[in-house]
Amino acid sequence: MTSTPTAPNLPSRPVRARWLLLVVGASLALVVAVAAAMRPAGTPVPDELDLGTVRLGTGGLFRVGYETAPTPPPVGTLHTWTLTVTSPDGRPVEGADVRLDPNMPQHGHGLPTVPRVTGEVAPGRYLVEGMKFQMGGWWVVDVVVEARGVRDEVRFDLLLGR
Amino acid sequence: VRRHLLLLGVLAVLVGTAGLLARSDARPGRGAWTEAELRTVADLSLASLPPLPADPSNTVADDPRAARLGHALFFDAGLSVDGTVACATCHDPLRSFTDGLALSRGVGEVPRTSMTVVGTAYAPWFFWDGRKDSAWSQALGPLESPVEHGFDRVSVARHVALRYRQPFEELFGPLPDLLDAGRFPPAAAPVADPALHGAWQAMRPEDQDAVTGVFVGVGKALAAYQRLLRPGVARFDDFADRLLASGPAAARGLLDDDEIAGLRLFIGRANCVDCHNGPLFTNQAFHNTGVPARPGLPHDAGRAAGARAVLGDEFTCLGRWSDAPPEACGELRFLRIDDHAFERAFKVPTLRGVAEAGPFMHAGQFATLAEVIEHYDRAPAATSGHTELAPLRLGERERRQLEAFLRTLVAPVDAPDEFLAPPLDPALQAVGP
Repeated sequence: MTSTPTAPNLPSRPVRARWLLLVVGASLALVVAVAAAMRPAGTPVPDELDLGTVRLGTGGLFRVGYETAPTPPPVGTLHTWTLTVTSPDGRPVEGADVRLDPNMPQHGHGLPTVPRVTGEVAPGRYLVEGMKFQMGGWWVVDVVVEARGVRDEVRFDLLLGR
Repeated sequence: VRRHLLLLGVLAVLVGTAGLLARSDARPGRGAWTEAELRTVADLSLASLPPLPADPSNTVADDPRAARLGHALFFDAGLSVDGTVACATCHDPLRSFTDGLALSRGVGEVPRTSMTVVGTAYAPWFFWDGRKDSAWSQALGPLESPVEHGFDRVSVARHVALRYRQPFEELFGPLPDLLDAGRFPPAAAPVADPALHGAWQAMRPEDQDAVTGVFVGVGKALAAYQRLLRPGVARFDDFADRLLASGPAAARGLLDDDEIAGLRLFIGRANCVDCHNGPLFTNQAFHNTGVPARPGLPHDAGRAAGARAVLGDEFTCLGRWSDAPPEACGELRFLRIDDHAFERAFKVPTLRGVAEAGPFMHAGQFATLAEVIEHYDRAPAATSGHTELAPLRLGERERRQLEAFLRTLVAPVDAPDEFLAPPLDPALQAVGP
C-alpha cells in the first residue's frame, strides 16, 4: 500500500475522481437547495406568459380582443372591458353570446363579482360590466363565444400590479 | 492531497459566494430597493389614499350637521334595550375604535370580534362576512341585534324623537307622532324575536314605513360621523415618503433595521401584500386563510353566508331606503354568490393600527401578533373550504421582523378632537333611555 516514486499518480486517480464527484455533487445539491428556498410558495407563474390582448380562438373560429377602461385594469375597483369579436379575417361577429370567467391559478379563486356583457355597443363590440380584480398577480381570463351556431374560446393571461 | 484540498477550498468559496450573492442581490428584500418594491411602498403609503369616495346611497353622508348628530348617537347608550350599550362600547376611540375583546360584548356575547370603524368609508362591504353594503346599513345591524344593542326600531325612533328632535328634523323632515301609543307599540321590529315581530305585524304599513324611515336616518347620520374617522400618519408613512422622495440613506433613522426588514418581507417573500395592499392595507375582499374555528361557536361560513345575506337585506344600495340610482350600485348588481372560494372566507381587515386592535381574526382566535404571524407562516389546512396560504418557512428572526414592521402602522386617528370623545354640546348630550 506504499506508493513508489515511479508511479505517484496511478493509485490516486480514482481517489481524486471520487473526491471531485463528491464535491461537485455536494455543490450542485447546495445550489438546488438555495434555488428552491428562493422560490415563492404556490404554483409558479409560467416563465413565458403571452400577455397579448388579441387571440384567435382554440377552435380557430373567432378572433377575440379586449380593451379595459381604465388601462391598465385597476386592482380593487369595478371597471369595464370591451371585447371585440371578429371572424379570423377580421369581420365583426354580431349578436354573439359572450361569457367571461376570470381566475387566479395560484389562489384557486375568481373575481368577487360576476361580470357580464351588458350590451353590444357597436357591431362585434361587447361591453362587459362588473369586472373587479381583488388582487394583483397572475390572472387568466377565459372567454367563451357562441355565435352562428358554433362555439369557440380564448384564454387571456394578465399580470397585474399589486 | 494538498491539491485536492485546494480544489475543495476553491469550490467551497465559489459556492459560498454564489449563495451570498443570491441572498443579497437576486433576492428582493436585501441590498438595494428594487423598482417593484418602491412602487409597492408608494401604494401602501397614506399619501396615496384618494379623497373620500362619495356615498350616493346616503344624501347626508357629507353634511356636517349629520356628522354632529351621528357623533352624539355613536356615544349614546340610550340606544340599547337596557341603557348600557352604545356603538362606542365595542368601537372605543381609546382602543383604535375596537374593544380589546376576543368576542365583543353588547347586552350579550357576540360571536365575532369588533372591527375598527376607522377608514371604513372606503369599504364596499361591511362586517367580517360583508353582509352589508354601506356604512349606514351596517350601523343599523347592531341596533336590532339581540346580543348587541338589543333594541328595536320603534324604540330607536322614539328615542330620537325625545332626545334629538330638532337636529334630526333639520336633516330628515318632521318626525311622526311616536308618542301615539295607538299607532306605535312600546317595542316592535321585523326581527326573529316573536314578541317584537308580532307587534310589528300589528302596525299599519305606513306607520311601519314612518318608523323605518327614522331608523334609516339614524344609520345615515352614524355613517356621516364615521366617515370623518380617518387613519392618521404612522411611522411607516414617514419612512415611506422619505424613502421615495430622498432615498434609503435619508429614510434610515425613521424605521430601525428590523422594521425595514419586516417591511421588505411584508411586500416580498411573506406575500402579505397580496391581500393587505393599498394605503389601507386591505384589498377590501374576502379570503379563506385557514383560520381555525373558535371552539364553542357554531359553524361560521363567512362570506359564503354574507353574500347571500346581503341579497335578502332590506337596506342595500338597490333597496327603497337607499338614495342611490341603480347604476351606482355596481358592487351589488354584479355580486357573486355561491362561490366555493367564499366558504370561510373573511374580510381582509386594515392593518393600520393593528397592534392596538387585538385579539385578532374574526373571532379573536389569536391573542398576539406573534400568533397571527406564526399561523401565516405555518399555513395549516382550512377547517372547511380551502386555504389560499402556502407555508412561508420564515425564520424566527423574520417572524419578529414582520411583527416589528406591523407595529410601525399605529397612529392616532385623523379626526377633529371633539369627535374622538362623547359630545360636549349639551343639546346633543344624551342621557339614559
